[in-house]
Amino acid sequence: MSILAYIETWEGKFKKTSFEAAAFASKLAAEMGVEAHAVVLNAQDDPSVLGQYGISKVFSAGDAGDFNNYVWSNTLVNVAKESGAKGLIISGTFGGKMILPLAAVAFDAGLVTNISDFPSSVSPLIVRRSAFSSKGFVDYEVKTERFVLSIIPNGIGLPEAKEAAAEVQTVAAVKDGVAEVKVLDVDRVKGKIPLPEAEMVVSAGRGLKDASNWNLIEDLAEALGASTACSKPVSDMGWRPHSEHVGQTGIAINPNLYIAIGISGAIQHLAGVSASKKIVVINTDNEAPFFKAADYGIVGDAFEVVPKLTEAIRKFKADN
Amino acid sequence: MKILVCISHVPDTTAKINFTPDNKSFDTNGVSFVINPYDEFGLTRAVWLQEKLGATVTVVNVGTAVTEPTLRKALAIGANDAIRVDAEPTDAFFVAKQIAHLVKENGYDLVIAGRESIDYNGSQVPGMLAALLNWPFVNACVGLELDGNTATAIREIDGGKEKSQFALPAVIAGQKGLVEEKDLRIPNMRGIMQARTKPLQVVAPIDAAKSTEAVYYEKPAPKGACKMIDPDNVEELVQLLHNEAKVI
Ligand SMILES: Cc1cc2nc3c(=O)[nH]c(=O)nc-3n(C[C@H](O)[C@H](O)[C@H](O)COP(=O)(O)OP(=O)(O)OC[C@H]3O[C@@H](n4cnc5c(N)ncnc54)[C@H](O)[C@@H]3O)c2cc1C
Ligand SMILES: Nc1ncnc2c1ncn2[C@@H]1O[C@H](COP(=O)(O)O)[C@@H](O)[C@H]1O
Repeated sequence: MSILAYIETWEGKFKKTSFEAAAFASKLAAEMGVEAHAVVLNAQDDPSVLGQYGISKVFSAGDAGDFNNYVWSNTLVNVAKESGAKGLIISGTFGGKMILPLAAVAFDAGLVTNISDFPSSVSPLIVRRSAFSSKGFVDYEVKTERFVLSIIPNGIGLPEAKEAAAEVQTVAAVKDGVAEVKVLDVDRVKGKIPLPEAEMVVSAGRGLKDASNWNLIEDLAEALGASTACSKPVSDMGWRPHSEHVGQTGIAINPNLYIAIGISGAIQHLAGVSASKKIVVINTDNEAPFFKAADYGIVGDAFEVVPKLTEAIRKFKADN
Repeated sequence: MKILVCISHVPDTTAKINFTPDNKSFDTNGVSFVINPYDEFGLTRAVWLQEKLGATVTVVNVGTAVTEPTLRKALAIGANDAIRVDAEPTDAFFVAKQIAHLVKENGYDLVIAGRESIDYNGSQVPGMLAALLNWPFVNACVGLELDGNTATAIREIDGGKEKSQFALPAVIAGQKGLVEEKDLRIPNMRGIMQARTKPLQVVAPIDAAKSTEAVYYEKPAPKGACKMIDPDNVEELVQLLHNEAKVI
């Protein structure tokens, strides 16, 4: 018996969220007294490195071709059935969400998504998930024999890598009987960390006044090594792309550090960001609701404070 | 062409979330409910297809009688008819099986759902539905064009977009981008009047086992006080982020 982690790659490379899935799977497997295995499709990275996160065996399919969620799901589930897996662990990235529900159906398994904590009990299996746009947690009991769990990117953290190598077994992708989907084009910003996976996020709102002022935000983000985000009106007005819109109706994030600049802190905005571990708010209005949700606050004009902060971060980085 | 739009009935985005004292359920007292915002984008896209191609748009909800005002609102926005599967939607698998059954019975060419319900944030039902039907499935869909039987969809991927093509029937889980914010329709008086007489069919659920069960609800711990820093002393913030918060 085993727990099987799904290893997502981007351009052949393992994603950090995949290591999170591997680490979660091995911790759960240890708790259940079974082995932790992994499945990876189209990897260029060496699958044996997953041993560092407690995976003893990796099933690697190199022939999956362009992304097709059924091929991915069926390959994963085929390995799961043949190797006698009990549960699948998948990170809830955009890619993960394309295959999660398919895998749950094919594996005939109870599915719990959005998991924010390690299970409090493995028998019965009880997992805590984030719900109500970070305004609550719900503990679910899984009623089925098999299960599929999806963990929030950057949610539970990554243990230190051990020195160990996993055994690698080549498998064939399962392509029969799936609906044909032709990928026409992939357009992705190179070198940027996708928002849900970012450890630090610098975000700005209508207080920035105009799209042309975003160099302030980008400079600070660059100094920190952070990703950039924005409030909804900012993306509605086209100052920033929709993919940067965070909140209840945008992307939900939980970075270690979220810096909100010129954002009032409306309930719908907070819904997507309040799970951030630390929040810094910079706003001219000391009554801005966001301060109530913040750990650190500066009442001040972004146009003065942000360049100074960027300078101070650069200096700190140079000295440390 | 027949389109089915899945509508989930969720607390208004400004709602304060509370749980019952025994922590066993979500306390709906004083909470107003709306069409799930992601579903509103899909519904509007479907109404456009109705106007352009003469498609018929059916809206469906798996829920108890309390969800009927939400379905009536969807009718007022322009759907032709509505179906309510009379059951508590407590498990995604259960919900997906109900909708899959309707699709098999009634035969739709396209199912449009939302990326996630903003209450439980599951992102489960549309993909499960697609898998039960073995239809193509596109999640986080931000663009959809139809040319006869061929669909071209754009979906959000981590840090970008992917464009793909497939044949109908298919399931789309959409969001903003299917239409823009400004395109959303607020029901007018005429729409509301018409909605009253449009068919809203209530059907009994089929048997389906629940695969998961919510057993305990809890709110996050309240935040401590915000530490205020002098705008002329941003170095202090940097030190705090390093020494105290340990995030840089
Ligand atoms: C159904 C629905 C869903 C929604 N979903 C979302 C969502 O997902 N995400 C989201 O963000 N919003 C969402 N909203 C919108 C939300 O209600 C707010 O309107 C929005 O978050 C406000 O954006 P903002 O803070 O950028 O702008 P504003 O509310 O206009 O705030 C601007 C802030 O900047 C400050 N400011 C002004 N000048 C400066 C300066 N020079 N320096 C520093 N600070 C300055 C002001 O004091 C103010 O606090 C939703 C609304 C609805 C109805
Ligand atoms: N009870 C329900 N009735 C009808 N559609 C639903 C229901 N629950 C979820 N959906 C659809 O599935 C989408 C994703 O929901 P979820 O999987 O709950 O996050 C929603 O946006 C709806 O389109």
